Amino acid sequence: MLLVAAMIGILTTMVLALVRALLGPTLYDRILAVNMFGTKTVIFVALIGFVMGRPQFLDIALFYALVNFVGTVAVLKLSHYRELDAVRSEEDVR
Amino acid sequence: MTAPSLVGSAGGVLVLVGALVTLSGGVGLLRMPDFYSRVHAAGLTDTAGVGLIALGLILRAPDWGVVVRLLFILLFLLLTSPTATHALAQAARRDGVRVWTDGEPRR
Repeated sequence: MLLVAAMIGILTTMVLALVRALLGPTLYDRILAVNMFGTKTVIFVALIGFVMGRPQFLDIALFYALVNFVGTVAVLKLSHYRELDAVRSEEDVR
Repeated sequence: MTAPSLVGSAGGVLVLVGALVTLSGGVGLLRMPDFYSRVHAAGLTDTAGVGLIALGLILRAPDWGVVVRLLFILLFLLLTSPTATHALAQAARRDGVRVWTDGEPRR
C-alpha cells in the first residue's frame, strides 16, 4: 500500500516533467525534463518490481539507468556540435 | 513490533520521504523562472529522491540478491545523475542561455 502511494507520487512527477517538456521554451529545458522523466522511470520500474514481487525488474531498472545517462549525453553532444562524430578540439568550439 | 517489521516500516517511511522529495522536484521544475534554477531543482531532487527510495527499498528487500541490485542502481545513479546535470548546465551555458535576474520576466 505504501509502495503504491510512492508510485502515484512518482507518476505525478512524471506528468509534471512531461508538462515542462512540452512547455519548455529552450531546448535544454526539454532535455532536462526528459532526463528527469528517465530517472523517474528507473525508480518506478524498481517499485513495480517490489509491488509485484519480481526481483528481475531491478535488472531492467539498472539497464534503463545506464541507457538514460548515455542518451542524455548523446543528445547534449548532438545539440552542441550538430553531429555526433565531431572531433572534440578547441578550434571547432564556437 | 518485532525487528523485521520495524525495519520494514522504516523502509516504508524512507520510500514515502523519497516520493515527497521527487514530487517537490516536479513542482520545482514547473515553478522556477529560468533554466538554471530548474536544473538546480530537478537535478538535486532527482538524485536525492531516487537515493531515498532505493535506500527504503533496500530496507524492505526480501533477500540479498535484491539488495545488491538496488545498491548497483543507487551507486550508478549517484555517480551519473549529477554528471548529466552538470553536462546539461555547461552545454546550456556554452550555448549562451542567459542567467535570469530578479525583475526580468519568466523565461
